[in-house]
Amino acid sequence: MTSAISLDEQAVMPTAPRPARRSIAQLLPSRSPKLVVGLSIAGVIILWAIIGPLIVGNPNAISTSMFQTPGTAGHLLGTTQTGQDVWSQIAYGTRGSLIIGFSVGIISTVLSAIFGILGAYIGGALDETFALFTNIVLVIPGLPLVIVIGNYIPVNQRGLFLIAIVLALTGWAGSARVLRAVTLSVRNRDYVAASRVSGEKTWRILVVEILPNLIPVMASQFVFAMIFAILGEAGLSFLGLGASNSFTLGTILFQAYNDLALTQGAWWWFVPPGLVIALFGCALSLINFSIDEIINPKLRNSTRAVRKKWGLSPAQIRQLDEEQIK
Amino acid sequence: MAAPLLEVRDLVMHFPVKSRGVIARTVGHVKAVDGVSFTVEAGQSLGLVGESGCGKTTTGRLITRLQKPTSGQILFEGQDIAQAGPRVLKPLRREIQMIFQDPYTSLNPRQTVGEIVGAPLVIHKLVPASQRLARVQELLEVVGLNPEHYNRYPHEFSGGQRQRIGIARALTLQPKLLVADEPVSALDVSIQAQVINLMQDLQREFNIAFLFIAHDLSIVRHFCPEVAVMYLGKIVEKAPRDELYEHPKHPYTKALLSAVPNIEQAVLGGRRERIRLQGDVPSPINPPSGCRFRTRCWKAQDICATTEPPLQKVGAGADVAACHFPEQ
Repeated sequence: MTSAISLDEQAVMPTAPRPARRSIAQLLPSRSPKLVVGLSIAGVIILWAIIGPLIVGNPNAISTSMFQTPGTAGHLLGTTQTGQDVWSQIAYGTRGSLIIGFSVGIISTVLSAIFGILGAYIGGALDETFALFTNIVLVIPGLPLVIVIGNYIPVNQRGLFLIAIVLALTGWAGSARVLRAVTLSVRNRDYVAASRVSGEKTWRILVVEILPNLIPVMASQFVFAMIFAILGEAGLSFLGLGASNSFTLGTILFQAYNDLALTQGAWWWFVPPGLVIALFGCALSLINFSIDEIINPKLRNSTRAVRKKWGLSPAQIRQLDEEQIK
Repeated sequence: MAAPLLEVRDLVMHFPVKSRGVIARTVGHVKAVDGVSFTVEAGQSLGLVGESGCGKTTTGRLITRLQKPTSGQILFEGQDIAQAGPRVLKPLRREIQMIFQDPYTSLNPRQTVGEIVGAPLVIHKLVPASQRLARVQELLEVVGLNPEHYNRYPHEFSGGQRQRIGIARALTLQPKLLVADEPVSALDVSIQAQVINLMQDLQREFNIAFLFIAHDLSIVRHFCPEVAVMYLGKIVEKAPRDELYEHPKHPYTKALLSAVPNIEQAVLGGRRERIRLQGDVPSPINPPSGCRFRTRCWKAQDICATTEPPLQKVGAGADVAACHFPEQ
């Protein structure tokens, strides 16, 4: 039995014990600065959205003495025209925007997974139907449709989740197409054939063999859907079609614009919500870039960090960088 | 005599060719496998050789039922599995396993070796969870890998080691038949020998029958006592190894063998006679009438275009060939 086995092939690898599970650690790049910055900004904003509303006062409370004044001790970011505290409004608005962002992320990821992965794996008429439907949704112009749907629903019924569903229904198709393409490539790999030969059930092939290979793509799409949703919500609300019965960053901007904050130079009213949107979008994009680097090793900019870990001198690193540029 | 382990009768696989356009119509069929019959006895191995696109891989995928044949019978221990549904197939999956060509795509990069090799045990609920690891380590040892490496990922292994993992996975269910689809053609030559020898040892130890699909004639000669040659979806010659290699009956076999470099002749300084076939392999969508090889055969005559030669006994041995004018 052992005659056929070469021992030198084994000797290459050290036999040091290893942790059994490293897949999650494998997914993370080695401390890419983009990821660190993105995660910290996003983390602070998410934390603020969770605990902020518990700390601040009622955002609807009207101060009888201060109307549209810049920040003071009582009102950190000043007040609105009707004397409401901007700081409290931002806290509630961030929470509202993030709820929409996460809901849209989850709903559209699930939708794109169903239409993209399932269709591509099963194939045949189902795939044709799903692909056709995806393409139809894809070519429907998103924002006008969202405006039409938003307009159709009575103002007093437009809550956060309704807006989230509207945004999710218009935003999943692009991801579904990408997932379909990736699934078509993965399903034809031999390891899928091997597990079919072993008698694996279809749903287990999808969950165990195919899905793990799509997770980086789906994570990136989830983050992208969140950016899309938060920006889309801000746009909708600014047009007066947003979640009118709750606070989001978009509705704050809408109020500020309506009450002439811009023309009167009440910057403390409209700059903070805009800044939170911009920062969060920026943070999510940075996270997305790092996910991209994980999926596509060619984009990996972390080579520098890796080379430092190898113990190369700065001169050697510079030389390698130059070689790569060539 | 008991039924052979595997008997394939008139196996046909036609892939539809769709027209482009909004409504796709079937405009023809790729006749990838077009009436193939052979038997494999328990513990024996049959080599299936032929050039690219001759249907040998499709034949393998039909026998493991990765694809459903258009028609024909696949009798495994007397039971026809050609059109069987998943429920009938599941118990048979334990008996028929496959080794894949490319060890880089046949192992899921996101699973550890232990998960890959142990997956069939989970599917068929063969071994309780507590003993699974021990069984996986035993299998890794059988194929010559370090049993401690069960929690590593495929990318940490070399090509030869990966192919060993693939073999271990195929052995997990203790199959009676292994379909080896070009198991060594993606490996470099020194590793090829190791993997081939490993498979031979395993065959002897566990009495596994092999359907060995390859295009490398010398490896097939080393591995298989019986060899079938395929051309354009049909078997053109089937013979015991020495008979086929020493006295090929079908002109195509002769041409194939003449392309194999021969060291003895080179040393003796003799010019070996190499048969150069003219033209390309005809399209399997529209194969030539009569004998499929006639378009490239130097012996072709009128009868070859009108009548398809049956696979029949040629000469004194067990050699069968499909040719009107076999070599003597």
